[in-house]
Amino acid sequence: MKSLGSIRRDFAPWNDPNAKPYIQFDNVTKKFGDFTAVNNLSLTIFEREFFALLGASGCGKSTLLRMLAGFEEPTAGRILLDGQDLRGIPPYRRPVNMMFQSYALFPHMTVENNIAFGLKQDGMPKPEIASRVAEMLKLVKLEQFAKRKPHQLSGGQRQRVALARSVAKRPKVLLLDEPLGALDKKLREETQFELMDLQQNLGLTFVVVTHDQEEAMTMADRIAIIDKGEVMQVATPAEVYEAPGSRFVAGFVGNVNMFEGKIARGEAGSASIDAGNGITIRTDNAGTAGAGTAVTFAIRPEKIKVSSKKPAEAVNAIEGEVYDIAYLGDMTVYHVRLDDGQVVRASTMNAARITEDPLSWNDRAWVSFRPDAGVVLTR
Amino acid sequence: MNATWSRFNITSIVLGFAFLYLPIVLLIVFSFNESKLVTVWGGFSTKWYVSLFHNQGLMDATWVTARVGLISATVATVLGTLAALTLTRYTRFKGRVLFSGMVFAPLVMPEVITGLSLLLLFVAVGLDRGFLTVTLAHITLTMCFVAVVVQSRLMTFDRSLEEAAMDLGATPVKTFFQITLPVIMPAIVSGWMLAFTLSLDDLVIASFTSGPGATTLPMKIYSQVRLGVTPEINAACTILIAVVAIGVIIASLANKRREVQRQLDEQAAQRG
Repeated sequence: MKSLGSIRRDFAPWNDPNAKPYIQFDNVTKKFGDFTAVNNLSLTIFEREFFALLGASGCGKSTLLRMLAGFEEPTAGRILLDGQDLRGIPPYRRPVNMMFQSYALFPHMTVENNIAFGLKQDGMPKPEIASRVAEMLKLVKLEQFAKRKPHQLSGGQRQRVALARSVAKRPKVLLLDEPLGALDKKLREETQFELMDLQQNLGLTFVVVTHDQEEAMTMADRIAIIDKGEVMQVATPAEVYEAPGSRFVAGFVGNVNMFEGKIARGEAGSASIDAGNGITIRTDNAGTAGAGTAVTFAIRPEKIKVSSKKPAEAVNAIEGEVYDIAYLGDMTVYHVRLDDGQVVRASTMNAARITEDPLSWNDRAWVSFRPDAGVVLTR
Repeated sequence: MNATWSRFNITSIVLGFAFLYLPIVLLIVFSFNESKLVTVWGGFSTKWYVSLFHNQGLMDATWVTARVGLISATVATVLGTLAALTLTRYTRFKGRVLFSGMVFAPLVMPEVITGLSLLLLFVAVGLDRGFLTVTLAHITLTMCFVAVVVQSRLMTFDRSLEEAAMDLGATPVKTFFQITLPVIMPAIVSGWMLAFTLSLDDLVIASFTSGPGATTLPMKIYSQVRLGVTPEINAACTILIAVVAIGVIIASLANKRREVQRQLDEQAAQRG
């Protein structure tokens, strides 16, 4: 049997030009009065994909989910599921189920009746309902809570009931609206992995809405970053982090240092960027940006090294002064103020247990990085 | 908490309770009076209770009141719930402000005016005054109270419950009967009880809209009192008080038990 990791590594229908899209948002616009929640947005999601819609609150990601579930109709454009246009199909006839942010458990029903609700609506025979409910309870490890009412459960248990209820009907697509938002940090981390296992075992397509980038990075095959009702980038977690397509994405996902500048000299991908105040950055990742183009050079803190002396071999080294040090246990974050006033954030893993840190507040220090460590952004 | 029993506290509590309950206590005490004279104590007796059940007029009036109360409270609850649903769910229909104003106007309308206008209406359409007209009038009176109670519950109703039901395949009609209605049922029941109580003790509107053969208990008591208070009336009122008190006590005990149970459950859930 293949491990979960290798299945996920091999799974990349988005790179296959012949792969059939499963869910398609086709130039979808949604307006609420004068407010445009979703603006001419197109997206493709594949079967069995774990797809995350990531964005700040109010960016339109929940509206996308609600349109897929059928609670809202697009003002313009169309949504296709397995080739079928969903326009006009009411929520109760769509082969999708949703797990609500508030869980929306029926307070007057027991756990097992909550899970059985959808099956009863389909007119499934009673013995089958009973066995499916038992299977679902086992899946979320709540067998001994079958007769309880929702208010007799803890937050984590409620979350699992909501999950069991939404997958009980074996929907083609499961929509999850901030599924872990109400759980505390430790429980959230455990549940992330449980959700991933569940998705693999049932072979479902998951579309999850979240504002938590760590959650999206951990669980999703691909992430769509949404801002003001538009897609900023759709890519795998690694691509989003290592090769952000725009300043917004670079700044939204993780921490980043940005230098504004102009391409001074460039040939075949590599270039020198004049970042002003005598700072020149050499990079291998300039892409097609020609000389004279205004660009932003973005680099992640963990790709910057801090040292008290100028490293001899470094291609990029800039001098500054240690302005702040934050010891976080697993790593230490340095804030170095360059001579032009810009503060650079650099993080170092504390691999050894005891390090004799030569750097202290107000010390002169050098920040250095390799030419392939950062990305050049033109948008 | 600072709970010292200062003289001032005791005095105000005694005065407050006396002000509220002394008349009622007097009424109950004198319902067991042997003497026919209401204000003179002639020894303990339950004979007025016995004679009460032989007073055909009072018994008839009680029966009328019960029927009017049951029917009008039920109809008012249905109409009031529908009005509350409309007002909370369809927030953008034409004339919504006017409609909500009209639904809630009877709440502050002097009863005399409601009664008089209903009387004029019944006369105008040629409806004979009697059981039907009192019932209709009480529906008008109590519907807005039900609407207020149910509406306040609907304001805090989590709409995602209904969305979840529809998402799981329930049609809007099934969603309403299987999810919405059971969840708001406690509010509907309190609305019904409020409507029933209001109908039970209404004198003014009933006097305007009732006719021969449809005399309600408050009307009967009032008319008898004008001829002089008899211990029989005291007995009737005592029974009424007992019925209401038992109802209130049962309701609050059930509520309290539910609350305690819920807290225990939640603590158990927290422990896992």
